[in-house]
Amino acid sequence: MIILLISALLGVALLALEIFKLRSWMMPLMLISFMAILAGTAIQWGLAENIMNQNMISMDAFALKGISILTILAAFWLVTQHKNIQATGNSSDLYALIAFSFCGALLMTNFTNLVMLFLAIEILSIPLYVLAASKRGDQLSNESGFKYFLLGSVASSILLFGIALIYGATASFDLYTIHHFMATQNTHPWIMVGLVMMLVGFAFKISAAPFHFWAPDVYQGAPTPITGWMATVVKGAAIIGMFRLFAGAFEGAMSTFAGIIAIMVTLTLIIANGMATLQHNVKRMLAFSGISHAGFLLSTLLIPGFASQALMFYILGYGIASLIAFTIMQNVGSQIGEELHAFEGLAKKSPFSAAMMTIALLSMAGIPPLAGFFGKYYIISGLMGHYTWLTIIMVLTSVVGMYYYLKVIFVMYGKSENGASYTENGKLYPILGAIALLTLFAFSAFI
Amino acid sequence: MEILHNIYIQHYLALSIALFCIGIFGLLFRKNAIIMFMCVELMLNAVNIALVAFSKMHGDTDGQIFVFFIMVVAAAEVAVGLAILMMLYRNMHSTDTDSLNQLKG
Repeated sequence: MIILLISALLGVALLALEIFKLRSWMMPLMLISFMAILAGTAIQWGLAENIMNQNMISMDAFALKGISILTILAAFWLVTQHKNIQATGNSSDLYALIAFSFCGALLMTNFTNLVMLFLAIEILSIPLYVLAASKRGDQLSNESGFKYFLLGSVASSILLFGIALIYGATASFDLYTIHHFMATQNTHPWIMVGLVMMLVGFAFKISAAPFHFWAPDVYQGAPTPITGWMATVVKGAAIIGMFRLFAGAFEGAMSTFAGIIAIMVTLTLIIANGMATLQHNVKRMLAFSGISHAGFLLSTLLIPGFASQALMFYILGYGIASLIAFTIMQNVGSQIGEELHAFEGLAKKSPFSAAMMTIALLSMAGIPPLAGFFGKYYIISGLMGHYTWLTIIMVLTSVVGMYYYLKVIFVMYGKSENGASYTENGKLYPILGAIALLTLFAFSAFI
Repeated sequence: MEILHNIYIQHYLALSIALFCIGIFGLLFRKNAIIMFMCVELMLNAVNIALVAFSKMHGDTDGQIFVFFIMVVAAAEVAVGLAILMMLYRNMHSTDTDSLNQLKG
C-alpha cells in the first residue's frame, strides 16, 4: 500500500516543487521515490499474499515482481532522458504527468477487482494523451496525441463494455468470485462476449495486430523521450495487467481463447516484422519493432502454468534495450534527423553512440549473449511442445527482424558519411544499460 | 405503469448495444473531430446503461457505484481531449480529421 501512496504523492510533490521554484530537486526526488518503491517491494517480498482494502488490490508475488521491473525501467528512463526533458522547458509538467502515469502502471500489476483495472488503465493512459501531444507547436505531435486519445478512449470503452457484460453474468467485479464462477460454468454467452471485448480492448492497449495501426503513427509523432516511455513502461504495464487477468483470473476460459490469442500473435509477428523492413524512418521502424515484441509478450499467455518469469524477463530485457535505442535515437534525431541516412557513418563521428545502438539493436534481434536472446529463449522453450507451429513462426520472423536491425547497423558502420555534425549527450547511463543487457541472464533466476 | 412490468434486461441490453454501435459507426464514418468525441461519450454512456440495468437485475449496488467512476473518468478524458483539439485547431485551423494525414507509411 505504501508503494502506491509513494507513487501517487510523487506527482503532486513534483507539481508543488514547481511552485516553490525548486526544479533542480525534481530528478533527485523521483530517483529517491523509485528507490523507496524498490525498498518497499523488497520488504514485502516473500511475505504471504496479503489482500488489502476490501479485496481491491493484492500485493502478491506477481505484483511485487511487476512493480520492481516497472520501477527499474522507469528509473532507467529517468536517468537517460533527464537532459532531454529538461531541454523542453516545462519539465515539471512532464515529470508530474509521467509520475501519474507511473502510478497507473503500478496499479496495473496488483488489482484484484475489475473496477481497479479500469481505473488503473485510465490513470495510465490519460496523462499519456497529454504527453504525446506535449510538443505544442509541432503538428506531428498534435496529430499523434489526437490519434492516441481517440483510439485509446475507444479501446477503454470496448474494454468497459466487456467488464459490464462479465458483471451481468457473474454479479461481481471481484476477480476471485469471477474465477470461481468460471470454474463452475463458463459457457454463459455474456461471459464469452465480454471476454472477447476485453481481449480486443487490451490488444489495442498493447498494440497487438489487428489492433496495432495507431502505434506507428503515435510513436513516430510523439516526442522521442515520451515514445521511449510508451514503448517500455506503458507497454510492460499493459501486458502485465493482461497477463494477471487472462492467465490468472480468467484461466478457466483460456482454453477457448488460446486459439484466438495464437492467431493474434502470428498476425502481430508477421505484420510488424514485414512492415518494419519497409520503413525509412528509424523511429517508425523502432515502433514496428515494438509491435513485434508485443507479439512475443502476448504469447506468454499461451505458455501453460502461469509463466510470469518468462514475461518479466522479456519485459526487462526489451525495455532496457529499447530505452538505449531511443536515447541514441533522440540524440541523432534532434541533431541530424530521424531518417535512415541520418545514421550514415555514425560510427566515425561517435563510436560510442554507434556501439550502444548496435548492442541495443542486437539484443532486440536476439543475438546470444544479450538479454533479448534469453527472453526469446524462455518464451520459445515454454511454448515448445504446446504450440510448436507458433515457435517456428517466431523463429522465422526473428530472422526477418534481423534484417532490419542489421540494416541500421550496416548504415552506421558503412563507408558513406552524413555531413551533419554530432555531439555526444551523456555516456554513463547507456553504458550501464549495455552492461545490464550483457549480464541480465545471470539474474534470470531471481526475476 | 403496466408497461414498466414488461421491460426486461434484454431490452436494456438492446438499447445499450444499439447506442454502443451508433458510437462505433459514428467514429468510423464521421470526419469531424468534435462529433467523434461525442461518439466516444456515447459509447461510455451505453456502458453506463448496461451497468445500471445489470446492477438492478442482481440487486447489487456495485454496478451503480462503478457508473460514477466511469462518469468521472469520462469527464477527465474529455477535458484532455478538448485541450488537444484546441491545440490542433490552433495549428491546423480545422477540426476535419482528413487533414491529420502527415504520419503514415
